[in-house]
Amino acid sequence: MTARPALPPAAPPGQMPTYLGMPAFPAAARAAVADSQLRRNLTHATSAIRVKRARVVGELDDFAELRATAAAIKDHALANLGTYLQRFEENVTARGGHVHWARDAAEANAIVRNLVWQAGATRAVKVKSMATQETGLNEALAEMGITVTETDLAELIVQLGHDRPSHILVPAIHKNRAEIGELFRREMPDAPPGLRDEPADLAAAARAHLRQEFLAAQVAISGANFAIADTGTLVVVESEGNGRMCLTLPDTLISVVGIEKVLPSWRDLEVFLALLPRSSTAERMNPYTSTWTGVMPGDGPQDVHVVLVDNGRTATLADDTGRQALRCIRCSACLNVCPVYERAGGHAYGSPYPGPIGAILSPLLRGETSPVDASLPFASSLCGACYEVCPVAINIPEVLVHLRDKAPKHRSERAVFALSAAVLASPRRLAAAQRAASAGRKVVARKGRIRRLPPPLSAWTDTRDAPAPPPESFRAWWSRTRGGQGGSAAGRGTAVEGGPAVEGGTA
Amino acid sequence: MRGRATSCDTVPDMRIGLFVTCLTDTLFPDTGKAVVTVLERLGHQVEFPAGQACCGQMHLNSGYRREAATMVPGFARAFDGYDAIVTPSASCGAMIHDYYPALAREREQERPAERGLADAVGEMAPRVHDLATFLVRELGVTDVGAYFPHRVTYHPTCHSLRMMHVGDAPCELLRAVRGIDLVDLPDADTCCGFGGTFAIKNPDVSAAMCADKVAAVRETRAEVLCAGDNSCLMHIGGALSRTRTGVRPMHLAEILAAGSGS
Repeated sequence: MTARPALPPAAPPGQMPTYLGMPAFPAAARAAVADSQLRRNLTHATSAIRVKRARVVGELDDFAELRATAAAIKDHALANLGTYLQRFEENVTARGGHVHWARDAAEANAIVRNLVWQAGATRAVKVKSMATQETGLNEALAEMGITVTETDLAELIVQLGHDRPSHILVPAIHKNRAEIGELFRREMPDAPPGLRDEPADLAAAARAHLRQEFLAAQVAISGANFAIADTGTLVVVESEGNGRMCLTLPDTLISVVGIEKVLPSWRDLEVFLALLPRSSTAERMNPYTSTWTGVMPGDGPQDVHVVLVDNGRTATLADDTGRQALRCIRCSACLNVCPVYERAGGHAYGSPYPGPIGAILSPLLRGETSPVDASLPFASSLCGACYEVCPVAINIPEVLVHLRDKAPKHRSERAVFALSAAVLASPRRLAAAQRAASAGRKVVARKGRIRRLPPPLSAWTDTRDAPAPPPESFRAWWSRTRGGQGGSAAGRGTAVEGGPAVEGGTA
Repeated sequence: MRGRATSCDTVPDMRIGLFVTCLTDTLFPDTGKAVVTVLERLGHQVEFPAGQACCGQMHLNSGYRREAATMVPGFARAFDGYDAIVTPSASCGAMIHDYYPALAREREQERPAERGLADAVGEMAPRVHDLATFLVRELGVTDVGAYFPHRVTYHPTCHSLRMMHVGDAPCELLRAVRGIDLVDLPDADTCCGFGGTFAIKNPDVSAAMCADKVAAVRETRAEVLCAGDNSCLMHIGGALSRTRTGVRPMHLAEILAAGSGS
């Protein structure tokens, strides 16, 4: 290995540098909602995969048990994270690999930059990886003149378009084939003349383009879906085989892996390899599952590195409610069922992690200090479709509600909620407010409907009428017509005597 | 046992407390009256514990957990001693089921004077029933003797499906209504976009979701959109009204109360 001159200085440290500076979710979503092409592309793609996922998940009689088991395995691994990470490191090292530890994105990128520099490489190929999207590794390598090529087809589309991924599994889900064809003709230097928008032609063009990169690259960079502690094995699950090319052809292989990816034993894969393909690509089994353990002399990469990244995970682990987000296996089932994601698209989330999981993971990993991170916990109607499909049972609505409580809030909003709580907690004050509303109904409403309200309630009446208060609340009606019954403000406070127990019912 | 029946024979003296919810109390009193009508028609006595106010769901879901917790003691006092606490809002019912035990614990830790609150709430929460599941699963009744000769489509609200797990109970009740022309709503289990303050904080996405729900409702050519929760009905109904569709939002309880006896 030839010595090279000093490494150029790294970019200033940051947590997830690529996406900060994004506007808050509501503003970004407003533009997305108005983008007719994006809306059509997303509705088409997500509804197709929703149907397929429901079908293949429905084939499993024991999906509920698999889901509960997966959550339990992840929870156990996270509760004993230090033990399993050390075991993983020992086993990787014993088999000729090198383990590096990175506290944050900047440290992870610096480690990779050094390794690429030492390998004397000018080009690197990449397996699709969320961890390196999270750390902004491509930008960090480009700064030192390394040409990095994304080899996952959708990730390549994003890279060629100088774009950002908008989906965990299908980063270019926001583009249709006509847009991709146009992009290839414009940006891919070796695109065949007269390339058509047919999926097979586009895939063939990408294949020919990538083949040159595979043969030229000295270094491959990957993430990992799972890191097996008791063998020191890394696992990558993919569909195209381009990942397999990266993992086997170059001499140096660097894998950037979040510390929450560790599983105790090889046996645990049984559960996750049943859940992940069905939940992500809606397949019973994915085409390529690559596993490697350290170095196999004379076969495949001979210089093998694993960079274990924290980048906010330890802080997330310390959050009693939020830690369940670390179970995530990046399947993106929650994105595909989310009505908010389907309409706002992935870019509005200002993070490599979009959709419901992104709305909790990004603020957990980065904190709720930037405008976009502070707005993400509110980017949900709490409909619960995400929790229902999550293969590791992350109660996303529960975490959203928890993060909303922690989110910074305007003083005026605080005052409104404090006042409304004081009114709504008291039956007497509530009744007084109802009488006032009923008295004022003629002023605010026309024909039983309110057409316009002042800000911030105008956000409602811009597109929806609001109901007029009735002449009499239910409470007032009850007291007028049945005043004697159950009217005690202190409640009944009496136990039921006689008669059979009611619980359990008769149904 | 299914079919038309008054269930007072099987469960005499059941004390039913109506948890009407502040939204229905304030803006949709007809729904509360309808719940009373239906239960009385089945031979039950219903009481309205006047000590009830708001459950605090809006506060919790908007990020004001402490404010939400201030609602817990009042609810626990108001509904102490009832065999069944019946509500026409699965969303508010789910607030009690899923969040009240934890909120009560937190409140008790902060205020030793409220000792016993967590136990009381924990014991009370399983007795909170959504109206539809109370009728079908607890009372074993699907035909409540209603007559409603209209074309109706039913929107299963998110919290009724995914938190209170009402399943098919509302549709079983609707199918038993005489004269009804019940039609399936396309993409029924997709959220309408209300989400409490979500509709205010993310108005563009919320309106886009609501527009798709309205389009699905229109596709059914129904006169009436039925749901088991007035908050979602207020949202979809607001858009149905704004766009002058002529489609009427109506709570399940009001359809069940229609006809004989109402």
